[in-house]
Amino acid sequence: MDKIKLTIDDTQVVVEKGTTVLDAAKSVGIDIPTLCYLKLEDTAFENTPGGCRMCVVEVDGRRNLAPSCKTPCDDGMLVKTHTPRVVNARRTVMELILSDHPFECLVCTKSGKCDLQTLAQDLGIREIHYEGEKSTYKGDESPGIVREPEKCIMCRRCETACNDVQTVGTLSALYRGFGSIVAPAFEMDLDHSNCTFCGQCVSVCPTGALIERDNTWKVIEAIMNPKKTVVVQTAPAVRAALGEEFGYDAGTLVTGKMVTALRKIGFDYVFDTDFAADLTIMEEGTELLGRLNKYLKGDKEVKLPMLTSCCPGWVNFFEYHFPDMLDIPSTAKSPQQMFGAIAKSYFAEQLNIKREDMVVVSVMPCLAKKYEAARPEFAVNGDPDVNVSITTRELAQMIKSANLNFDALKDDDFDRPLGESTGAGVIFGTTGGVIEAAVRSAYELHTGKNLEKVDFHELRGFDGIRSATIDFDGLPINIGIAHGLGNARKLLEEIQEGKSQFHAIEIMACPGGCIGGGGQPYHHGDIGILKKRQKAIYQEDAGKPIRKSHENPYIQKLYKEYLGEPCGEKSHELLHTNYFDKKKKIVIE
Amino acid sequence: MASIKLAPSKVEKLKEICKKFNNDKGELINVLHAAQETFGYLPAEVQEIVAEELNVSVAHVHGVVSFYSFFTMIPKGEYPISICMGTACYVRGAEKVLDEFKKLLNIKVGETTPDGAFSLNSLRCVGACGLAPVVTVKEKVYGRVAVEDVKGIIEEYKSLE
Repeated sequence: MDKIKLTIDDTQVVVEKGTTVLDAAKSVGIDIPTLCYLKLEDTAFENTPGGCRMCVVEVDGRRNLAPSCKTPCDDGMLVKTHTPRVVNARRTVMELILSDHPFECLVCTKSGKCDLQTLAQDLGIREIHYEGEKSTYKGDESPGIVREPEKCIMCRRCETACNDVQTVGTLSALYRGFGSIVAPAFEMDLDHSNCTFCGQCVSVCPTGALIERDNTWKVIEAIMNPKKTVVVQTAPAVRAALGEEFGYDAGTLVTGKMVTALRKIGFDYVFDTDFAADLTIMEEGTELLGRLNKYLKGDKEVKLPMLTSCCPGWVNFFEYHFPDMLDIPSTAKSPQQMFGAIAKSYFAEQLNIKREDMVVVSVMPCLAKKYEAARPEFAVNGDPDVNVSITTRELAQMIKSANLNFDALKDDDFDRPLGESTGAGVIFGTTGGVIEAAVRSAYELHTGKNLEKVDFHELRGFDGIRSATIDFDGLPINIGIAHGLGNARKLLEEIQEGKSQFHAIEIMACPGGCIGGGGQPYHHGDIGILKKRQKAIYQEDAGKPIRKSHENPYIQKLYKEYLGEPCGEKSHELLHTNYFDKKKKIVIE
Repeated sequence: MASIKLAPSKVEKLKEICKKFNNDKGELINVLHAAQETFGYLPAEVQEIVAEELNVSVAHVHGVVSFYSFFTMIPKGEYPISICMGTACYVRGAEKVLDEFKKLLNIKVGETTPDGAFSLNSLRCVGACGLAPVVTVKEKVYGRVAVEDVKGIIEEYKSLE
């Protein structure tokens, strides 16, 4: 590879040919400010429209300022990144952007976490010298995601996430000039579009134009209502990220503090979605073994590979984009919905209360979970199994509102029975975790032998598509893993073409799995944060006394007292679902 | 489930257009031109089918349709009115003529009256600068149009209704 030498702010830099000035500067610790530009390492996300002009620099011998994100390095180049001319240009750009931006920072959801706000502060903008028309658009309050297009700065990051990474194709730039906006086709609401509510657009939005639907007040109302028993469940990925909202380093586990905070907020029972994850393994693992046994006996009708079904963004994706494959995913509900169904039947019966008098709240790293909780099939006579779903960010907000000093909170443990979980339940929060948990149980249930080594390192990692073959005592099981819907699409197309060699495939919609969900604390482009959360999840798993779902004593008790057999009649009624063809149909009159 | 309603003959015609361009997504703009020539405009239903046939997202198709001024999602009126805003017509008062049409028809440029009778557009030069300002209704050309003439032009077509 050809090497190039250049000088940036009096620092000598040697880079490979083709490197941009922005990356070259970064390599020597010079952070040129950016706004529209965003690259997420180890994922397909690359948004470099070169549109905002925030990253301009002065290049010796060039008349105009150069956008460093789009300018390749030349040999002998002399670059200045903060001359008065450069800083002045950046300030002008920022003022022009702000001249068409609402001044709602005090009450904006994104305040304090907004890239635009941070940059305006860094540049010391105290006055806007430009006055003019402000654009107005139709807003959108869908179940998972709220769009406030007035706050959009047309960076196109959401469009890249939706189209290039997730291949969902909901968002596009519409219209032109001053009137242009990123929106679904015909500016329809997201819940009328083919949006999967994966929330990756929200994860990368630099402003408050795309945010989660705030459900915190619904939770507070339920807690204030003396007639309601309020039960909360927390997803595995939440404990590995919540601490970031309180200044802890990424990857700090705050499970115990989180439990205490939830009790202090006023929940009657603090339970764990990890319990329901163990339950999912019982059902999904049994279903997989059932399909495998039929296949081994020569049944040609059996659907293999079996796809996991815990991720609601992924479920929405195949319902819209692959409606001919609705019989391939497992029929097992997601852990969130299994929890709701069991809480409002088994646990409500134990408490001797009516299901309508119980409110189930879920804390999720996810925006699609809000949509999932509202799906009509997950309700009994209009009473939803999960009443309210909030994100990790919303929980942090509630803890702050309750003036709890998070740092000073003592560690506490979940309530029983629905708070007991194994290490297998915990790893549901990361890519590769669901299938590893399934393998741990399916191996023992299939072979009848004790699994000595429960860590399957061959299933772990961060590559978008991974595969491994696990030896089930002489029976090789081929496993595929995809995270990010664009990667999922590749595996699905293989199945459609009849080329898939897999017996089971795990799919999660977000990069990294739930640790990178749309409801998690913002990573601001640092994928290293997701990897630290992943490490924390495996750390929690390793520290658990029980690491196989079928050994969870409260799961065993639940089957013995209430459900009977995995995939039995009662389990089917409570813990399984079916899928719907949501592709738009052309009706010919 | 969302559905799209369109007459079968129109769906067939549209699919033929896409096929003529080998259902190639790179030909999107050409397909849309041909579709607009056939239908007169590009309603959401037409865009949905084009997206399906070319295997692109409907958001992308709408993005293209809403970007280029040639494409329209509003059906043209039975009597499309165009006012020339070329230099010669403009300096001789075309803008005032246009304003009068907007006022009397109560629509903006690019819109169609609710009864579907008239639509209003501006264009650049019909090559009759000697007759400036020029207005065309369907194929008929009106020269040296004054603000006072506008009412009469509209009445002429209203009486045909």
